[in-house]
Order: sequence, then C-alpha cells, then structure tokens
Amino acid sequence: MSAAPDAVTGGPYEPARLPATRACLTRVGLPRPGVALAVAFFALVCLAAAFPSAFAHAPDQVNPALALRGPTAGHPLGTDQLGRDVLARLVFGARPSLLVGVGSTLLAGVAGAAWGLLAALGGRVAGEAAMRLADVLLSFPAVLMALLVVAVLGPGTRNAALAITVALAPGFARVVRAQALVVRGSSYVRAAVGLGLAPARILLRHIAPNVVAPLLILATVNVGTALIAGASLSFLGLGPQPPAPEWGAMLAQSRDYLDVSWTLALFPGAAITLTVMSATVAGRALQDRYEGREAR
Amino acid sequence: MPPLARRLTRRLALTLFVLWGAATFAFAGMRLVPGDPARVIAGGVQANATPQVLDAIRDEYGLREPIVVQYARFLGRLLRADLGGSYQLGRPVSRVIGEQIGATLALAAGAAALGFGLAVALATLTAGRPRLRALSRAVEFCSISTPNFWIGILLLAAFSFHLGWFPVIGDDGPAALVLPCAALALPIAGVLAQVTREGLERALDQPFALTARARGATEHRIRVRHALRHAALPVLTLSGWVLGELLAGTVVVETVFARQGLGHVVVAAVRGRDFPVVTGVVVLSALVFSLINIAVDLLYGLADPRIGAAA
Repeated sequence: MSAAPDAVTGGPYEPARLPATRACLTRVGLPRPGVALAVAFFALVCLAAAFPSAFAHAPDQVNPALALRGPTAGHPLGTDQLGRDVLARLVFGARPSLLVGVGSTLLAGVAGAAWGLLAALGGRVAGEAAMRLADVLLSFPAVLMALLVVAVLGPGTRNAALAITVALAPGFARVVRAQALVVRGSSYVRAAVGLGLAPARILLRHIAPNVVAPLLILATVNVGTALIAGASLSFLGLGPQPPAPEWGAMLAQSRDYLDVSWTLALFPGAAITLTVMSATVAGRALQDRYEGREAR
Repeated sequence: MPPLARRLTRRLALTLFVLWGAATFAFAGMRLVPGDPARVIAGGVQANATPQVLDAIRDEYGLREPIVVQYARFLGRLLRADLGGSYQLGRPVSRVIGEQIGATLALAAGAAALGFGLAVALATLTAGRPRLRALSRAVEFCSISTPNFWIGILLLAAFSFHLGWFPVIGDDGPAALVLPCAALALPIAGVLAQVTREGLERALDQPFALTARARGATEHRIRVRHALRHAALPVLTLSGWVLGELLAGTVVVETVFARQGLGHVVVAAVRGRDFPVVTGVVVLSALVFSLINIAVDLLYGLADPRIGAAA
C-alpha cells in the first residue's frame, strides 16, 4: 500500500497517530465523576510524594513486637515483617515510585522530542541515522532494554528511572518525527518560510508548539505503563534499595510473608494499580479534550 | 524478484542490522561499566581478588587487547553462535539458555493461549451488546492497569496459601503452570479483548454480516464464522506487542512464583553484572522478536487475501 502524496509537499503524507495499542489502552469510557475522582486521587499521590511528612511519620521505625499485624486503630493498614507502619511506608513510598514512573516519562518526552525533531528536520543523513537507531531500540522489548541499562549502571532509583527513559524515548521520537513532518509540510510553515523568518524562529514559534501537544498527550497516556515498568524493576530488586520504602519493593517483601499476612501484599499493589488507573483516566480525558477541540 | 521475496529479503536484512545493533549495545554496555571489567568478572568491587587473579582474568578474556580487536572477536564469536561463558555460573551461556528456555517457553505459550482465548471469548460475547460491553470494559481496564506481579501474588495468596489448590512454588507438572499463566495472561487479555471487540463490531456493521443474517444464520454463527476472521487482522498486528509483554512478564512472574527459566536467569545476571548472560538473552530475544514480526507480516496475507493481492 503506498501512501497518498500530500497535496502541498508532494511527499508522502504521514498522519500523526498514536500507536494502536496505546490508543486502545485508553478507550475506557468512564463518566465525568470518574475523571474528577481520578484527577483528585492522582493529585493526592503527587502531594504525598512532595510532602510525605504532612501525611505520615516514621516510615522506618522498627517495632518487632508488632510485626505482621493486620489493620488496627494505631496502624490503619497494619504493620510489616519488622513492625513498620504500612500506611507510613506507602506515603513515603510515593516519591520514589513517582520519580521512576513519572520522572522517566518526562525525561523520555524531552529526549524523544529532541530526537524526533532532529530526525525530521536535521537533514537526510542525520534523520536516517536517528530513525534507524530508534528501529534498533524498538526491536527488542522495552523491559529487556531497561534490564540492559540497569546491568550497565547498577540498581538504584535514578538508574531505574534512566533505564525506563531509554526504553520509552525511541517510541516518543517516532511520534514526534511523524508529527513534525506533517507540520513542516503545512501551509503555515511554508508561509513562514516564504516570509523569510529565521529558521530558529520557525522551529520555536511554528513547529514546536504543534508537535508538543500530541507528545504531551502520548506521554500522559504512557505514565501508567512507565509506573508499572518502574514498579516491576523495583519488585525485581533493581530499583530503590532497602530500607527505602517503595511500592514495588514492598510487594517483593510481602511475597515472603504471604502465609502469615496477606494484607501486606494488598495495599502496595492497590497503591500501584490505583495510581496507574487514575493516571490513565486523566490522560485519556486530556486526549479527548484535545482531540475534541481539534475537530471542533 | 517477486514482491514477496523482495519484502522478505528486506526484512531479513533489517533483522541482521537489528541483531548487530543489539550486540553492539550489549558490548558497549559491558565496556561502559564504571571500573575495571576484570574486577566485575571476579565478582564485583567488594570481592577482594588478588592482582594475580585479576591478571589471569585479563588474559583469559583478552581484556589487554585494543577495544576494536575485542569488539571484532566478540562479533566473530557471535556469528558462530558462541555466546561466551557466564562469569557467575562458570558454564557456556548457550548451555544455560538451553537448559532454561523450555520452562519459559511453556509459561509463555500457556499464557499466550490463555490470553488470546479469553480475549476472543470476551469479545465474541460482548461485541455490540452495550450493557455487557460496559461491564467487560470495566473489567478489562482493571486488568490492564494491574501489574502482573500483583495479580500473581494475589493468586498465590488466594489459591495456594488459602485454598491450597495449587503448589506454592516449583515448576513440576501442569498444576504449577496454572497460576503463573493466569497472572501473565490477564493484562494481555484485557488489551486483546478491546481490540478484538472493536474489530468484531466493525465487521458486524458490514454488508456481509447483514447478508448472512438474511440467510438465516444464527447470531452466534455470524460472529464466530464470519466476523471473527475480520477481527483477526488488528489482533495479529498486536502479536509483536504481545510477545514483548510475554518476555517482560516472564521475567517478573518467574520471580513471583520462584520458577526456573530465562527470566530468573536474566534477573540474577543483571544483579551480578554477568554480561555474557545478559547479552545472550538480549540478542536471542531480539532475534525471536524480529522473526515473529516477519511471520506476522506473512500471516497478514493468509488472514486477509486482499493484502497479498495489493502488495
């Protein structure tokens, strides 16, 4: 199947679309109150990540006498194998969890934008090289890519975030490149060129804003994927190191005490899942809004 | 050259390029590690290896030679399918992979079958039926958003520890495969069900569905015999994604259920910086990934003859 040539540029027309999986992942169809609830929950998690001490205290306080208790008045979500308060650890775990999940998405968005713009506007050789590099990186599964990066850099919060960044960036670069090619061929950019504006001004004022919006939406929709990937890495012991509280790592520890206390595994997993859900719903609402406005 | 052969040649060339790229990344990674590679091989900075031991390691692995020569040697060995020896296990990487791949394949195949089966069943039952569809969408959304290791732990808690239906750990017998497969399959089934249902609903709107209905075919027959084939194409497109999810998922699920397998091996290798093993698994999965994508490309023609005719 050959693409229909674009009327303006004569080159092949490449519509910028989200990859099929991602678009489908977000087709949820929740009513408005659901969106509000999701945004509120995500905001709460962000607040906990920013100011954990406002919500709970002493996540590392060990109390062997109270180890592995279920929910009580003093410890609403129970205690773990060392008698530490699960609620406090969940609250303090929000920061590393979000750092790996959301931080890596932001970083990958910036890197992917630069990469995609270079590929679209940087001339033939640079463009080809940039896209073949993306092909190679996308040709093996993202988590394996992340594992390779962790093998090189070693485990830790920062390195896990970097690993997921490396895994996400080439996908973003592809979307940005496709969108930048569409925008470059558009009549308003041709008009700006015809008016003799400086290339830097065209890039910043005319091309970048129209490329950034779809990228932002793709990134928001991807936060859920990145959160799960980050939690997986720390579940495998490759993310934040103990005793730092982190949701994936808490789940990994709870695995050893399942026969005694199954609630220990319940809350960290619920925290991850609810955060992923709220991020996805919020991202999807953003996407709807953007596309609705675009179609008018 | 006929178009099909030309396309195949191009895809195979791209596969070779990708494999070379993956191998180069892995090699660069090995050399980018901060510190002395000989120390890494000896067991990390903590392990106090004597200078003699480090010298012996440098000789054995050819670490004194210029990096270009090392790189050429590395690629040459790779061409002969020699992945080198594991730093930690003291055995050839190809043997380690050979021993472990069976368990992982069984897990992945079971999960893929379960995932596709669940998805097709859900989609066929709920396509074009608004109430069921809304319910099913909510369930699918939950399963997509849930990390598979949490599903695994919850399944373990409920069915192994509480009810005692399945073994807690281990990998003997089909009973030990049920829970890991379910944990791996559920998130995948969520996505596949959405895509299948969308394809089915599009197909059910088409004239041929009306024709079949007018001939008096039952609703069930229309869905299974006529519409499902049309929904297969978008699902086929997702095969590469499914494979990626399976590869990533086995790594995590094998850890949850303490199973043998490649995922288990690669996590241990990443922790211990056992680069020959990591390289071997990465290159192997890049190869499998590329081959599956080529196979999917060829299958398009079978699923929809119009594509073969147009290409």
